[in-house]
Amino acid sequence: MHKIRLARFKESAIRAFFFSSGVLAVLILIGIFATLLYTAIPAFKEIPLSEFLLKKTWDPTSPEKAQYGILSMIVSTLMVTVGALALAVPIGIGVAAYLSDVAHWRVREIIKPIVEMLAGIPSVVVGFLGIVLFGPAIAKIFRIGNGLNALNGSVLLAIMSLPTIISISEDSLNAVPPAYGEASLALGASRWQTLIRVRIPAALSGIIAACMLGMGRAIGETMTVLMATGNARSFPHGFLDSVRTMTADVAIELGEVPYYTTHYYALFAIGLVLFIMTFVVNIGADLILHKYQEREL
Amino acid sequence: MKRMISVALMTVAVLGSALRAAPARKMIQIKGSDTMVNLVQILAEEYMAQNPGAALAVLGGGSGTGVTGLINKTCDIADHSREWKQKEIDQAWEKGVTPRFFVIAVDGLSIIVNAKNPLEKLTMPQVGALYRGEIKNWKVLGGPDKPVSLYGRQSNSGTYVFMQEHVLGNKNYSTDMKEMNGNAQIIESVIQDEGAVGYVGVGYLYDKDGKIRSGLKILNISKEPNGEAYSPLDKAAVDTKKYPVARPLYQAVSGKPSGEIAKFLAWETGPEGQKIVEREGFYTIGGDYKALNEKNFK
Repeated sequence: MHKIRLARFKESAIRAFFFSSGVLAVLILIGIFATLLYTAIPAFKEIPLSEFLLKKTWDPTSPEKAQYGILSMIVSTLMVTVGALALAVPIGIGVAAYLSDVAHWRVREIIKPIVEMLAGIPSVVVGFLGIVLFGPAIAKIFRIGNGLNALNGSVLLAIMSLPTIISISEDSLNAVPPAYGEASLALGASRWQTLIRVRIPAALSGIIAACMLGMGRAIGETMTVLMATGNARSFPHGFLDSVRTMTADVAIELGEVPYYTTHYYALFAIGLVLFIMTFVVNIGADLILHKYQEREL
Repeated sequence: MKRMISVALMTVAVLGSALRAAPARKMIQIKGSDTMVNLVQILAEEYMAQNPGAALAVLGGGSGTGVTGLINKTCDIADHSREWKQKEIDQAWEKGVTPRFFVIAVDGLSIIVNAKNPLEKLTMPQVGALYRGEIKNWKVLGGPDKPVSLYGRQSNSGTYVFMQEHVLGNKNYSTDMKEMNGNAQIIESVIQDEGAVGYVGVGYLYDKDGKIRSGLKILNISKEPNGEAYSPLDKAAVDTKKYPVARPLYQAVSGKPSGEIAKFLAWETGPEGQKIVEREGFYTIGGDYKALNEKNFK
């Protein structure tokens, strides 16, 4: 009798523990959003929202007139992210398809952990590579003075988002029912035709979700782009222009900004815009992934 | 169970005694200017080697970070390569911090270009026009037909503020300026980029053997358009302020310095500290700065 009661108590304690962990995660998210919102809103008392989002010049410490337009930074962030995806998506899907459909299982056992290890490289190290390796290489290839530009940032972010894209894409390719591939082969399709026309389309929603999660990673990355893109505040006109992303700007300025000033609130407003951007991307990824899982059942 | 309790008690006892022993060695926190961080680090190490009881920790982050740190009482000494803004002084007083300033070295802020750039000298108005983004091609200044590639620091840097006030005439920087993390990163970029111009503290121009880094050219600067141009490597010109972008490097403390902090400041500004300042490529402090220091010690 005593033992049963103890077991029941244990059961409910464990349940309470897991429940509270789940609730805590939600509370933390709500807390962050609330703090961000609370600290960002005073900025808009002095900066009209249209000016904040649509003006190109950001110069809050200007001795002439402080300017708070983040359009250049939004465009820079999107440019670097889109560039990263343009590089990482084809390579990522290629690697995933190779691992799931082509590679010998021994090769796969070696490559998969290596890809996953790539995710563990600290972002400063990647940024460092951008300064000493990719920057000079880009400068040489394009015959320009320096390689501190959006292209450099894109290449580095592509490297950082590859592990996410590869491992989730591969999982979704593996989740395609074997019967699909077998039927295709039985109808006389080659392995290439089977992969391209049957298996990848069947796994498409998982692959799209993988790419969106990779994108979320790229938008929020700070240190790498701060080190490798040159941080010029001007509006970028191409991938060979130096850019300053929203994350880099907050990282640069938050350390020394006087508290409770317009500049301080404006930095939180940038954080809020960034938060909304990644939130939308992650929700999108979640919805697509959800749809895909439902279909599997 | 009994053993567990006794182990726990012992752990608490050991931790307790460790905590009580800790305050005997108070760490002096120094924070601020990235231009000064290497110099102050070496000064602190040398000082600690001579005074085994002393403990100093030196951090960079930019002058703005140091000033904010002193105001918010998160550091004991703030390194700054620019003067405090009136707003910062007001803020400090509000929080009960009364900053006192000590000049520990003099810097000839150096305007550098790539070694392949044929220019030898520039005037102050020309440097200002370059950084305001009014001159976009080197041929305007008699150089090659190459776009100007501007390198500078980030807004938390004292050097950024100093340039803006004294060279740009309190005007905005060009938004095309690439904003780098520190002096060393500017130097590396200028060495690689043929169209580059950058500004760095004079102490960063030297390599490990005390020679000027190869691939760099240090421009002579004249104050007036037709005036004589001087090099930041010319000690006499920096001392007499003929080199127009020379500036003092400060440390600020709250209130009258006492104890270890006072000892360290006196040592730095004394002959031994100044010898290290010179060895690191910066300039020793002259008579008027010494007088200022004396006043602030009292």
